[in-house]
Amino acid sequence: MARLVILGAGIGGHTAALHARHKLGKQHEVVVITPNSKWNWIPSNIWVGVGWMKPEQVTFELAPVYAKLGISFHQAKAVSIHPEGNDKSATPYVTIEYTDPSKSGTKETITYDFLINATGPRLKFDATPGLGPTGNSLSVCTYGHASETAGVLAEMIERMRKGERKKFLVGTGHGTCTCQGAAFEYALNLEFELQKAGVRDKADITWISNEEELGDFGVGGMHIKRGGYVTHSRIFAESLFTERDLHWITRAHVQNVGENQISYETLDNEEGTADFDFAMLLPPFSGVGLTAIDRDGADITSKLFAPNGFMKVDADYTAKPYEQWKPTDWPSTYQNPDYSNIFAVGIAFAPPHAISRPMQNERGTKISPTPPRTGMPTGVMARLVAYSIADMMNGSEHPTHESSMANMGVACIASAGAGLFNGTGVTMTMYPVIPDFQRFPNTGRDLSYTSGKIGLAGHWLKHILHHAFLYKAKAKPFWRIVPE
Amino acid sequence: MSDRKPYEQSYYPPVPTRFTRHMRTNLIWQLWEFLILNIKVLRMVRKH
Repeated sequence: MARLVILGAGIGGHTAALHARHKLGKQHEVVVITPNSKWNWIPSNIWVGVGWMKPEQVTFELAPVYAKLGISFHQAKAVSIHPEGNDKSATPYVTIEYTDPSKSGTKETITYDFLINATGPRLKFDATPGLGPTGNSLSVCTYGHASETAGVLAEMIERMRKGERKKFLVGTGHGTCTCQGAAFEYALNLEFELQKAGVRDKADITWISNEEELGDFGVGGMHIKRGGYVTHSRIFAESLFTERDLHWITRAHVQNVGENQISYETLDNEEGTADFDFAMLLPPFSGVGLTAIDRDGADITSKLFAPNGFMKVDADYTAKPYEQWKPTDWPSTYQNPDYSNIFAVGIAFAPPHAISRPMQNERGTKISPTPPRTGMPTGVMARLVAYSIADMMNGSEHPTHESSMANMGVACIASAGAGLFNGTGVTMTMYPVIPDFQRFPNTGRDLSYTSGKIGLAGHWLKHILHHAFLYKAKAKPFWRIVPE
Repeated sequence: MSDRKPYEQSYYPPVPTRFTRHMRTNLIWQLWEFLILNIKVLRMVRKH
């Protein structure tokens, strides 16, 4: 019997758990360790954040699902990884601390034969003074944050109905943020909800982000065929904002979030301020802060993790300038190079470098997006890693499945307003995620797979995917039909 | 649509015509687009 331990039960960890359980015989054990009792379909937090959905509609309790599938579940946070065991036993293990209210704070060790790190990010609100729900801005990163944001928005709408004018600020709260797509989606939904509430004329909406140009989305933007031209997503995004009367500030690092004003600096070395009554600003991410200890008790965290706290995998981490970046720098098996029984998927793996060109201003402030690796890529990696581990448990010496983001396509559907007949969605497909200018000169991506559209169809698809992924995550009959 | 003034940020990007905006919520056209969209996404999924 072998034991697979999975740290985290977000899109990556939960997908890996479902596929591993399906592939492995009952003689093998699958254990999930996550500090949360609920699974959250994070993409729909945007709809919670504008009040269109309730948290209950984007979450469900994990314990009954895992009980049904025969997966051991510990509501706890992982504290440290001991990949060589200790002086008494060479069996690797993790130490965990329970967050389950019935044994909160209790520590325990759990041994493993294989480990998947799918812990997702730590939300680094502390990187910018005043950023985050405990400071002066709002967030949609968790369903709790999104619900709070919806409450504040409802209050703003009431006040605008009484004649007050309000300033909204949406975007990224630091120069090294990722997931611009989520903030972009929130900005479009916010505008739609204000229209619906009949108070759009009382609102000034400003976008602020660390993107070099609007439409970068942390992937260096993309080119699409549109209106007889090959056009950059910058034009697409600027058009969407102009149509909706959203103003934008790009190339910006937010230095401070005050009670009703942010201060920022830009790549062009300018400094500025922007007033707000409502600010939804995403934080930068880091690893969750796991430590690693060898058998003698020495700290080997830097061996297992990159300085940003994300886990090292089979990527080429050699520091090199943007001009020398290659698609082959990106990992394909997600296996740790030092410990072959440890893997990392989703946000938890350390990318070799950014996708967007790294930039900094004369002061040395880094202002450029870090690479997104959420949603569809995370699910795909998780499935393939689960398959590889299942094969390794059954005798394979090496991972049997590979999928690099340099060979992976994604579909991103950003809702731009929820409504069965009047909603719209922005649908973007992209192949590959990592631009490859050798295979696809001029654009870096295959134009037959890379596209951008806006319309009701996108909203329908987004809505259907919401229900399909929740259905799949609950492991209901035929769940495997729903692709990642 | 925004109030576009010369040399301001919103002056330069393309904005959709009334016809384009109508087609975004035209049920027949969007059903067709929905079909195309699904095919595109499925093609993408099959590449993994």
